[in-house]
Amino acid sequence: MPQDTQHVIRSFDQELTRLRDMMSEMGGIVENQIALAARAILERDSAAAARVVEEDMRVDALERDIEQFVIRTLALRQPLAGDLRQVVAALKITGDLERIGDYAANVAKRSLVLAQFAMPFSLAALGHMARLVQQNLKTIIDAVGEANAEKALQVWRSDLEVDDLYNGIFRELITYMMEDPRNITPCTHLLFIAKNLERIGDHATNIAETVHYAVTGEPLTGARPKGDTSAYAVVRPPL
Amino acid sequence: MDVDSVIGRPAAESETSRPAPELAPRIRIQHLNFFYGPTQALKDINLDLPDRQVTGMIGPSGCGKSTLLRVLNRMYDLYPGQRAEGEVILDGQNILGSDIDVIGLRARIGMVFQKPTPFPMSVYENIAFGVRLHQKLSKARMDERVEQALTRAALWEEVKDRLGASAMGLSGGQQQRLVIARTIAIQPEVILFDEPTSALDPISTMKIEELIDELKGDFTIALVTHNMQQAARVADRVAFFYLGELIEASDAAQMFTAPREKRTQDYITGRFG
Repeated sequence: MPQDTQHVIRSFDQELTRLRDMMSEMGGIVENQIALAARAILERDSAAAARVVEEDMRVDALERDIEQFVIRTLALRQPLAGDLRQVVAALKITGDLERIGDYAANVAKRSLVLAQFAMPFSLAALGHMARLVQQNLKTIIDAVGEANAEKALQVWRSDLEVDDLYNGIFRELITYMMEDPRNITPCTHLLFIAKNLERIGDHATNIAETVHYAVTGEPLTGARPKGDTSAYAVVRPPL
Repeated sequence: MDVDSVIGRPAAESETSRPAPELAPRIRIQHLNFFYGPTQALKDINLDLPDRQVTGMIGPSGCGKSTLLRVLNRMYDLYPGQRAEGEVILDGQNILGSDIDVIGLRARIGMVFQKPTPFPMSVYENIAFGVRLHQKLSKARMDERVEQALTRAALWEEVKDRLGASAMGLSGGQQQRLVIARTIAIQPEVILFDEPTSALDPISTMKIEELIDELKGDFTIALVTHNMQQAARVADRVAFFYLGELIEASDAAQMFTAPREKRTQDYITGRFG
């Protein structure tokens, strides 16, 4: 989160810039992982799926690098106030990004299984959800780079739409499964894929909360708008 | 964007932004101005020093924090051409008034300086000397008082076998604790520390910090320090001064994680000096 004035110790500024660069690199890779994972499902692109899984190693390596960098900075610079918030935020955000990368990899792996099944129904809603999650992730990664609390707030609020889409997909897939038991295997994978996308959206809102606190010093408290009701959805047998 | 309007509740309800409960101030500074001849060193300072708490004072050199300590025990009286306006209320009484017994005041408000200032006499006499200025005690009572003060200052174990030896032979950290013992032996209400550890090694520094933490159970403490981490470790509340003005005063945790003023933020993160 850049600030308009510089430190008296210039090497500290350089270190904070380096930290920001590592975050941007990690964010960029994860963003690309989601785009590739979406293509792997929607276009049955197994090469894209393979790349998502490959990229996960780079994401994990970057997470370790950032963690070490943050611990070193805390020990050697003992940052305070805005600097402290920024450095701790990097540590938290990197954890969220790593989880997002894992979910993307899981989606990609499932796409390879899905490719073996005929899919006699539309994946439009899933495609829409993937695009929205990707968009939110892009916005929040920009917010990290620009130290933009407004954008963070925008992502924080728009997760509700992701949850709504997820609920719709959940019901839709259950309907397909009831229609034809042969749909159960592909639909279960699709259900997990939708759940993974929904979890990615949740991590994006975690990052939004972290960015907001890092930039303003004010925590985003209170209940986040939450719309995932699938935990309560049951398929009732006819009376 | 107003966060509160989004989350739909007032900010005051949040755990971290809730103001600390109002503590009765031991010292209340109101509209204080201070002048070195024609130069104004403090400008309209309003600050409470809560009872039995450590109030840290930070700011760049020349910001007025040490001047404020000198006002609090009327040290400036010793120099011609220096004057204070406004009020400093201690126990309901304005200590800047001309009717104040300054010697008595300095017994109520003790001060510890940057460099240890032991007297060139024995360890025992360093403590007893100050007490005798204010009280007449029997030999037994004095012995007791000296032991008490040295114990309280975490020095007794180190000096009990050489109370008659010269205080000048003690290490810097021991000398500083001796000075603190001398201060508390007079049983003051308030202790002012002016950069008490800046001449000490890290271990002695930690001992003094630990001591300050202990002492705040009985005394109201003001601590001027250039060491931000020290203020963060030791102080309950922190006041930031800049060019003779009080810029911001808040809880230490608030000050060092999310200060409200940009000038505070810039100073404590090392963005100007």
